[in-house]
Amino acid sequence: MATKYINITLKVWRQKDAQSKGQMETYKLDKVSTDSSFLEMLDQLNEQLINERKAPIAFDHDCREGICGSCSLYINGRAHGPDRFITTCQLHMRSFKDGETIYVEPWRSKAFPVIKDLVVDRSAFDRIQQAGGFVSVNTSGRTIDANATPIPKADADRAFEAAACIGCGACVASCKNGSAMLFVGAKVSQYALLPQGRVEAHDRVLNMVRQMDEEGFGNCTNTGACEVECPKGISLENIARMNREYLKASLS
Amino acid sequence: MNLDSKIPQGDIADKWTNHKNHLKLVAPNNRPKIDIIVVGTGLAGASAAASFGEMGYNVKAFCFQDSPRRAHSIAAQGGINAAKNYQNDGDSTYRLFYDTIKGGDYRAREANVHRLAEVSANIIDQCVAQGVPFARDYGGLLDNRSFGGTQVQRTFYAAGQTGQQLLLGAYSALSRQIGLGRVQMFNRHEMLDIVKVDGKARGIIARNLVTGELERHSAHAVIIASGGYGNVYFLSTNAMGSNVTASWKIHKKGALFANPCFVQIHPTCIPVHGTNQSKLTLMSESLRNSGRIWVPKKKEDAEAIRAGKLKPTQIAEEDRDYFLERRYPAFGNLVPRDVASRAAKERCDAGFGIEANDTNEGVYLDFASEIRSKGRQAAFAQGDHNPSEETVLKLGKAWIEEKYGNLFQMYQKITDENPYETPMKIYPAVHYTMGGVWVDYNLESTIPGCFVAGEANFSDHGANRLGASALMQGLADGYFVLPYTVSNYLADEIRTGKISTDLPEFAEAENNVRSQIDRFLGNNGTRSVDYFHKRLGLIMWNKVGMARNEKGLKEAISEIAALKAEFYKDVFVPGSANELNPELEKALRVADFIDLGQLMAQDALQRNESCGGHFREEYQDAEGETLRDDENFKFVAAWEYKGDDISQEVLHKEELKYEFIKIAARNYK
Ligand SMILES: Cc1cc2nc3c(=O)[nH]c(=O)nc-3n(C[C@H](O)[C@H](O)[C@H](O)COP(=O)(O)OP(=O)(O)OC[C@H]3O[C@@H](n4cnc5c(N)ncnc54)[C@H](O)[C@@H]3O)c2cc1C
Ligand code: SF4
Ligand code: FES
Repeated sequence: MATKYINITLKVWRQKDAQSKGQMETYKLDKVSTDSSFLEMLDQLNEQLINERKAPIAFDHDCREGICGSCSLYINGRAHGPDRFITTCQLHMRSFKDGETIYVEPWRSKAFPVIKDLVVDRSAFDRIQQAGGFVSVNTSGRTIDANATPIPKADADRAFEAAACIGCGACVASCKNGSAMLFVGAKVSQYALLPQGRVEAHDRVLNMVRQMDEEGFGNCTNTGACEVECPKGISLENIARMNREYLKASLS
Repeated sequence: MNLDSKIPQGDIADKWTNHKNHLKLVAPNNRPKIDIIVVGTGLAGASAAASFGEMGYNVKAFCFQDSPRRAHSIAAQGGINAAKNYQNDGDSTYRLFYDTIKGGDYRAREANVHRLAEVSANIIDQCVAQGVPFARDYGGLLDNRSFGGTQVQRTFYAAGQTGQQLLLGAYSALSRQIGLGRVQMFNRHEMLDIVKVDGKARGIIARNLVTGELERHSAHAVIIASGGYGNVYFLSTNAMGSNVTASWKIHKKGALFANPCFVQIHPTCIPVHGTNQSKLTLMSESLRNSGRIWVPKKKEDAEAIRAGKLKPTQIAEEDRDYFLERRYPAFGNLVPRDVASRAAKERCDAGFGIEANDTNEGVYLDFASEIRSKGRQAAFAQGDHNPSEETVLKLGKAWIEEKYGNLFQMYQKITDENPYETPMKIYPAVHYTMGGVWVDYNLESTIPGCFVAGEANFSDHGANRLGASALMQGLADGYFVLPYTVSNYLADEIRTGKISTDLPEFAEAENNVRSQIDRFLGNNGTRSVDYFHKRLGLIMWNKVGMARNEKGLKEAISEIAALKAEFYKDVFVPGSANELNPELEKALRVADFIDLGQLMAQDALQRNESCGGHFREEYQDAEGETLRDDENFKFVAAWEYKGDDISQEVLHKEELKYEFIKIAARNYK
């Protein structure tokens, strides 16, 4: 890995808190290693801001390896920036050119209000999960032996693919309607595909969809932007499966 | 101070059952009168909170992330152990118990480890019932793989995302309880102190990280499940927010801190690339099932590789040194982590490292032979008994992708190199902390009513952790141990009644937190928090890292003490207390890391032996293997806080007794 350094200009959304109005601010940052991740670049900018006694930029992050779903930046008009199947923390500065201007904004969606700068409130996702995204089993460990119910490998694999959703919200942020269908579809699918989740499948899908609507997410008009920007490659099939499940549950 | 480990009497296999049969119970109608606080919603905390909610207690759970689903446990890659013996390769509760004790270099508690092995099978049943999509074979049954330090396949996994799936399982159980109103969840809240009333844990002070407000929460018992402290090194595989604050705050109020120097350095991480680096990324140890670790045999080759003049694929087979296979023929690339890490360091120190950074620290993890052999197998399975080179490579890569696809993708994103074509570069990095708050068999700390679970406690891993055992411990503690032991404690609390947060103890704790915050914000310093954290990290890595010696440790102790003074004098924390202020959050955490760092060095200095993750250069044999001293150091080092000056901490020893396993030298040859 030959390290290169680039100079960049950043246009960053600054907003003091939920109540304040925000605006874009411009910052110049020199000598950014192309081996740095995007978030390490922001650390570097914050260090510079702190040294200049200016307020550092707040952004959400934790694992920095693409799995916790915390990081949530809109970069140059795309959720998690250019490149597919990655989160912001996996984006590296080698994707940018020397002298480039980069726009950084928070997720923008009615259901995800801004808390500060680039940090938004995604607790609506938790509430959807609380409405039914689980199997009602007590935690005694005295269930049946794990191998007592064989599950076809293909089903288990598909359930796993749906379960791989990291709850980042990029699907909502990139949808022109602010729909949460990909996220909810992934959850519904995971359980719909496994025998353990079948028993309460009806209630699950009805409750999760009801909560989703209550949270103010928009409708799905099948534009597919969510699938394109989803870092985990969650497929639109899950939305279709959710719709089928919903229909089945509504009819019965 | 009397360190009573409360290990039950009787045969090892009966201890837990007997103990459970004699623990006190709280009747269902009394449980709603009792409040429990759970700090942390990783595997340990989420499973505990969900279990207590389900039992009918009032639960308040806290995490600093915006959702419990994002706790650090989400990042665990490789798998979770359980003695199910589904593969019929001779596994049993005893063998899991034995491997864990041996892997921990005989510095873990027998009774705790046996209990862990016992309940491990239930964990898998529980998770499958919750809808955790573990990997399955074509017959629809659960698949297994093996991990470092064992010769059986007992590890259950979900591709390279096992922690994610297990945490989402626990999170879904927790979500159910939140939905039912039995658990109240406090996201974006950080516990900054514990409140003791009449010597018992009675509540916490938490800061709402969005509004900055300090809140008082009372309860009849407090459970700390706040994870490990690897970030004391600044660079580690831990999530950026992982910290020691909750554990350290209870330490300051009377909980002993055990074996702080036992830190696991994981052998297969992506090497450091540069000075702006914020964290290190683990490449799951499961890769060692398929990858072979090597460096060039000749120094010239290593130099040429570093200079970019040679590619690893150009080094002939006979010019490669598969150093683990050479040194440890029985376990080969599957030796335990501490052994593999030290062997890599030894080669790099000797000048054979392959990474082109300032330290040359890096070795190869090579999948070429596995791609070939699995490709051939797959071709044969399809009836092609004379496959072309192209077919073999294609099928082999597909096999690898199925098994490790997301890890390979992760590697490529970070390094910009394609590991299907060229070997991965890896090097050891700080990963897991075996030390933590001292707890007895009931997982209760030396503060009555304050229990500690998961990575935050010290009890099950000894001086080294075997792979796939931390996830197991987190869930075992939360689902299957605490529900019994905490209830036993609470049985005496049913008449206590609601605990008022107006008590003077709450006011005092809140004031202390407030004055610490004000002190930082009012400090007229010049340096950022990260500046100090990175300096601490360097001292720790260089002097309390993979190899330690008396001189270095003494230097570290005084350097950290000096750093502490400088930190309080010169740190600059921007912003105010009443807003989302990540710099303030970091300052409060780094303050605790500095104290802990010094204690780690002190602990390492007193332990005049090498064991597991603790390698003292003075204590090694002619071949560079660890020299344990069971005569003098077969104990848990439990430290008692004695005020601001960490050098005043007092050491208590819990003698470890091995009644059921014969203690022996650890040999993987
Ligand atoms: C990259 C990686 C891979 C791993 N792979 C494996 C593996 O394959 N197998 C295995 O067995 N182990 C693995 N481990 C280890 C394992 O993941 C951890 O040891 C384990 O998940 C710790 O769980 P925990 O519940 O104790 O803590 P954590 O998951 O760290 O959770 C800590 C919780 O405490 C909260 N918290 C912390 N402080 C406070 C505070 N002051 N106030 C409020 N909340 C607080 C956090 O918000 C979080 O919810 C891996 C670790 C890493 C880093
Ligand atoms: S579906 Fe994809 S984009 Fe949406 S929350 Fe899940 S991982 Fe993120
Ligand atoms: S920080 Fe965890 S996914 Fe980006």
